[in-house]
Amino acid sequence: MIGNIIKKDFKELFTLSTILPIVVIAIVFGLVGQSIGSIGETMEEKPVIGIVDMDDGDFSDIAMAVITERAEVIYDGGDAEEGLEEVREGDGVALMVIPENFSQNIYANHPGEIEIYWIMRGAGMMDSISPVVVEGLIQSVNQEISSEMIQQDSSFDPALVLAPTQRVETTFFKGKEIEGLSSSQLGNILSSQSIAIPIVVMMLIIMAGASVIASMGLEKENKTLETLLTLPVRRSHIVIGKIVGSALVGLIMAAIYMIGFSRYMSSFQISAINLADFGLALGMQDYLLVGISLFVALLAGLSLCIVLGTFAKNYRSAQALVFPITALAMISMFITLFKDFDTLPALLRILAFAIPFSHPMMVMRALMMDNYSLVIGGIAYTAVFTIIMIAVAVRIFNSDRLLTGSVQKKVGLGKLVWGLRR
Amino acid sequence: MKAVEVRELVKDYGSFRAIKGISFEVNEKEIFGLIGPNGAGKTTALRVIATLLQITSGSITVFGYELPREAGEVRRIISYLPEEAGAYKNLTGKEYLNFIAKFFGDGEKSRDMVQRGLEIANLGKRINDKVDTYSKGMTRRLLVGRALMVNPRLAILDEPTSGLDVVNAQEVRKIINSSVEAGVAVLLSSHNMLEVELLCHRIALINDGKIVASGTAAELKKEYDAGNIEEAFVKAIK
Repeated sequence: MIGNIIKKDFKELFTLSTILPIVVIAIVFGLVGQSIGSIGETMEEKPVIGIVDMDDGDFSDIAMAVITERAEVIYDGGDAEEGLEEVREGDGVALMVIPENFSQNIYANHPGEIEIYWIMRGAGMMDSISPVVVEGLIQSVNQEISSEMIQQDSSFDPALVLAPTQRVETTFFKGKEIEGLSSSQLGNILSSQSIAIPIVVMMLIIMAGASVIASMGLEKENKTLETLLTLPVRRSHIVIGKIVGSALVGLIMAAIYMIGFSRYMSSFQISAINLADFGLALGMQDYLLVGISLFVALLAGLSLCIVLGTFAKNYRSAQALVFPITALAMISMFITLFKDFDTLPALLRILAFAIPFSHPMMVMRALMMDNYSLVIGGIAYTAVFTIIMIAVAVRIFNSDRLLTGSVQKKVGLGKLVWGLRR
Repeated sequence: MKAVEVRELVKDYGSFRAIKGISFEVNEKEIFGLIGPNGAGKTTALRVIATLLQITSGSITVFGYELPREAGEVRRIISYLPEEAGAYKNLTGKEYLNFIAKFFGDGEKSRDMVQRGLEIANLGKRINDKVDTYSKGMTRRLLVGRALMVNPRLAILDEPTSGLDVVNAQEVRKIINSSVEAGVAVLLSSHNMLEVELLCHRIALINDGKIVASGTAAELKKEYDAGNIEEAFVKAIK
């Protein structure tokens, strides 16, 4: 008896429409993971650096020995400009310059300066791994110098023995030269400033998307759709009305969510950073672009949801249709958190650009780095995506699919545009 | 002018042909009934005329407007009551009527429609309760009120008394009759032969996607030498 019920329920739930999205998403997640690569492998790789030793003293020799052993040195010369160029071209992480008097300063009980020129390529979590390895390398240099100081002479200032070097850092990132910040610090700033947007976008898309899909499911379940479709109102107005109504619900829900989330995030904030000091502050025009990007992405998400919603047979099946949207929003979020758009492998770059929700997730970082082409290109793409999705939705609303689950004729671009006018 | 002119209408669902070339006309101020068993194609025919489904072949005009080219104009002058229609459960009955009326006009025009809908639905104080709390009969009365309050030129009613008890069904038939007196043309479907005989000026008997006979109830009974429409129908499909 119970076997009979299990068999019936299994057959009812284990359908192509419920399994296919999960299989597709599993494959996409697998590809994303494979393309981004392994943190462990990256940590084990020797960082690629350049080095300019202008001191040639005892302590710089120690530093050089540690660095050459633990890093792949692609430039070892006397010209910082040339070294920087070599590191840039060789896909390196940093150029370390040990200036004259490095050893002499330490002997004089002053910290030895190391100039570090960071070549930063991305601001995602995975992009900061190589700089972290270099940071570890500098720690090793310090330890070796400390050890030598202890062996040589006990008259060294204990504070100096503990921290024998000090860093003077400059980071080059997307055409900007930012003094006083390492690439890790800059990455942290960019992440802390932009982490909220991907989460807001994800929540907004999921919540508003679920509303619009559920609305379609309810129309069918409550048998109100047929009446709605025979009223003297354009199909495009029905589609847009549903999108805007759901967007408002989604905005309210996301706002409530973000109040709680911002309180949660504030507990992790250590100190306020004045972005203007580093030329990273956004102006009114930038915030306007953030708003536009967010708005068009929301419309794009909802227009995609309404197309998906047309497949809903009832409220229950509508719930299952939210899954692809949730997965796409999460893929976008993970891609943009882990990697910077510019450092993504080509396949993932195409995927990130193609998913419209990715654009508002990337917009803050892009604007801080004055990458307006990515922002405006993203807005334009998302707007076109939205128009196409609305046209597809209107076309479906004009077809038999909504009521019968099948379309009578093949859909051409011309008919899509014509459908929008109806 | 004819209210509806259907010529050689064919409707396919994929490879299945649901309607196989039917033709009929509905006159102004006339109640025309499509009757037949379940699956005969009645609802499909009504849905196509109500602009919900596409035409595979053939032609349809509603008060001179051609489908699908002038679907927007047709929607302005028709009102469709599906067999298994529902209303928005989070709205009260009155809010639902208001929602529908706003598609047909603003201000006084909309208020007059709602008032007419309230009278037709005749749900008393329950009109201010949420639709979610209504019985099937109450919901159907609300929907009949919704369908007829907008003063359509053509009312397309699919099984209008479906699920109603005898008293409510009779009330709805009276409402339909009074609407026709006010100038509405009605195209309805039913598998209740007695109801059709009572209500319709003319009838088309439909079976397996084809119209097998049409005329007034008296003509059909005479043609098939039958005592009632049910008997005429059985003889017609043999």
